[in-house]
Amino acid sequence: MRAGNSAKTVKEIRIDIEKCTGCRACEMACSAFHAKPRYSSVNPARSRIRVVTDEINDEYVPVRAGNHTRTECDGRHFYQLNGKQYGECSFCRAACPSRDFFIEPDSGLPLKCDMCEDEPPLAEPLCVTVCQPGCLTYEERRLEAEINEPEEREAMENGLQSLVNQHGIEAVIDNLKRLSKGQ
Amino acid sequence: MKYAETGFSLEIDLSLGRIEKVEADPRDTALYLGGQGIAAKILFERVPPEVDPFSPDNLLIFSAGLLVGTAAPSANRTVVNTLSPQTNLMSHSLFGGFFGPELKFAGYDRIIIRGKAPDLVYLYIHNDQVEIRDATHLRGKGTTETQDLVKQELKDQRVQVAAIGLAGENRVYMASIDHNHASASRGVGVIMGDKRLKAIAVRGTRDLNVARPAELFELAQALHKKIGEGDGNGDWMAVDEDDSFHHNHFAWGNARTRRKHFWSDELQQRWTKWKYDHMDRQTGCFNCAKKCRNVINWPGRPRFGYKCFGKDTYHMAAFLELDFTYEILGVAQEYGLDSYSTPQVIAFALELLEAGILTDKDFPEMPADSRGRFFYLLEKIVRREGIGDILADSVSHAAKRIGKGAEAFDHNTTKKFEQLPIKLGKLNPAYFLMIATGEKMSITQIEGSFPQDPLPTQEEREAFVSKWEAPPDEKFKKYFLDWKKRDDISDEATCEIVDWNEAMHYIDDSTGLCGFVSSFRGQFGGGVAYHMNNIPQMISHATGMEVDKDRLWKTFQRIRTLVRAVNVRRGLRRKDERPPEDHWAVRDERYEQELLSKYYAFKGWNSEGIPTRQTLEALDLGYAADDLERRAILTAAAGGVAGEPAATAK
Repeated sequence: MRAGNSAKTVKEIRIDIEKCTGCRACEMACSAFHAKPRYSSVNPARSRIRVVTDEINDEYVPVRAGNHTRTECDGRHFYQLNGKQYGECSFCRAACPSRDFFIEPDSGLPLKCDMCEDEPPLAEPLCVTVCQPGCLTYEERRLEAEINEPEEREAMENGLQSLVNQHGIEAVIDNLKRLSKGQ
Repeated sequence: MKYAETGFSLEIDLSLGRIEKVEADPRDTALYLGGQGIAAKILFERVPPEVDPFSPDNLLIFSAGLLVGTAAPSANRTVVNTLSPQTNLMSHSLFGGFFGPELKFAGYDRIIIRGKAPDLVYLYIHNDQVEIRDATHLRGKGTTETQDLVKQELKDQRVQVAAIGLAGENRVYMASIDHNHASASRGVGVIMGDKRLKAIAVRGTRDLNVARPAELFELAQALHKKIGEGDGNGDWMAVDEDDSFHHNHFAWGNARTRRKHFWSDELQQRWTKWKYDHMDRQTGCFNCAKKCRNVINWPGRPRFGYKCFGKDTYHMAAFLELDFTYEILGVAQEYGLDSYSTPQVIAFALELLEAGILTDKDFPEMPADSRGRFFYLLEKIVRREGIGDILADSVSHAAKRIGKGAEAFDHNTTKKFEQLPIKLGKLNPAYFLMIATGEKMSITQIEGSFPQDPLPTQEEREAFVSKWEAPPDEKFKKYFLDWKKRDDISDEATCEIVDWNEAMHYIDDSTGLCGFVSSFRGQFGGGVAYHMNNIPQMISHATGMEVDKDRLWKTFQRIRTLVRAVNVRRGLRRKDERPPEDHWAVRDERYEQELLSKYYAFKGWNSEGIPTRQTLEALDLGYAADDLERRAILTAAAGGVAGEPAATAK
């Protein structure tokens, strides 16, 4: 057992929505980068970044594809920011059933941003590189995190013990085996 | 697999309600690229000259240029072509934004619309799903209002919509077609309205493929960066608050009055404050690094966007200031009115009133002040009420209908089309040729590659030329180095310069490149991103065709000559090729006609400005020569100057 400090790199894309011109060069570049062969086609519907645009309300918000969710939200929030109203969806990164963002148009499978970490990885995501108005910027931050293994392990053991108490050791082992095959 | 183009056209017959997806002929791409090039071919083949622009047989063609939707930066222009009731010639218009790329992603290079719907409809395109839908509930709705309502109705914010406003519905000749805050002017909205087509909504989720992905992307990214970082591209008027150039040099009112000392520091500060106090942001078009459009939110008016000289036209016609333009422009854009020609029509009417040709009876209950009068006439025109019904037919036609000497006040049109309000002193030979022979109806659609004025010193000229990548041939550098006085330049050089200027527009309008990164912008500073020396490479990488400079130049000549064939078939002749008589104060008719003859010969046209058979055949347009001879247009013209089109750029 070991306790100590460890560092991880956090990749951040900062989005200054005041600087977005709505040009969607990010969508163009993302879809081209992920095309097979690379750059062989453009199709914003395949892009993992979309600019939520509503010219009439002067709304321009780039969002990067996050996790997939099977369900829609149960009611929406609306945000009033500097006198303008934004729907919650404008900032939401989910590929979800309520819109066709981040859904691969042929297969219907969800898309997720990979920060252009394909082999070889780019120095920064391509959407940032092509963003001439400077709306998107990229930062890597080293995060010093204290890792306390014994505590984590203790927590897991407690959890497992309670499952064993509830279902018996055989059922827990069966489930763990099945789960590990599914990985 | 198709590259850069989708290979399909969408054919819509609004009379029959028929929708067809038609495979395009790949030979047309090789010969005419796309955009205006292929549209000219379609109009030549399918709309004979007997067809009245208001006939159901007239076609309205929306094309996405050949490079639109690829990684090529700033290639996003939609080209609209039809036959115009104002000029009775081919109408050519363009708009930026996102419509063209979306059309490509939906799987089409163009939409060809014929016929007329029984009542207002809109077209909905979602990949292979294409519907003609009822639009009677959109009657009278504004251009951005319509776009918003259509998006709501289709429950899709990513649909790209092009719509007409009340002006188009009422067949006002100055009607535009609007998409976002971009606008297709110069007489296309009237035909969309005549066809009872309120809007086109398009949504596409298909791949657009290119032939040489890595090469294209590398070139595209280098140009994208160049466009974004330098000041050689884009509309500098979006950021430069000193607009003394237009205000001190262009004519105010009905293209009548120059105010050489209008601009001042105090005024600039005041106007700059108006702008920044009300500007929401500057926006750009698809895949372009520039932000040429100022989006203004003026109290009590619809939010609107403008670029370039569009911010000056209303207040200069009305002898007012920028706040007036900000007040009226949103209203006019919702109506779908061209901001270049409409203010001139209004100023023309007010001059007729002042001259007593029209009287107070023609303007019942019109306010006394200029501001009020412009709003009053805007309403009359867009609704075709009273005098507005006559004015809605544009200056030239209105002057004829009004009579009583009104024709003399129609002093700023060429080919019956309102020109920019410029009145100068001494004749400028290149500008004489461009205004006389341009078939895109505005000087902005032909000028642009060679600088407007010489630089004062040899050092400055040499410095300019040393960084000048754009010229298709070294001779243009020599012309510039030797050029000291504006009108002191050989006729030969003038012809070559005008030809190069024109070439770039024909290439842009077939590929979908924006003039602000190509054809229009090189004249200011020379550091334009796209030019004859790199566009061939971009087209080759995108399409897989082997295009070099010579081939591209010949393609320009082919398209340009075909447009001329469309128009001479509809009656265009030498007599029509005259800049407004007062465009320059000092004129020399003999010299001008000599220069025009030289230019016709240089282009391979006869003395009437009709392309000769030899010219047409050299450009693979033998079918046009046959047609012109069948109609006795070629043989009928006297004194034909035989010859091939001018030598291609090296």
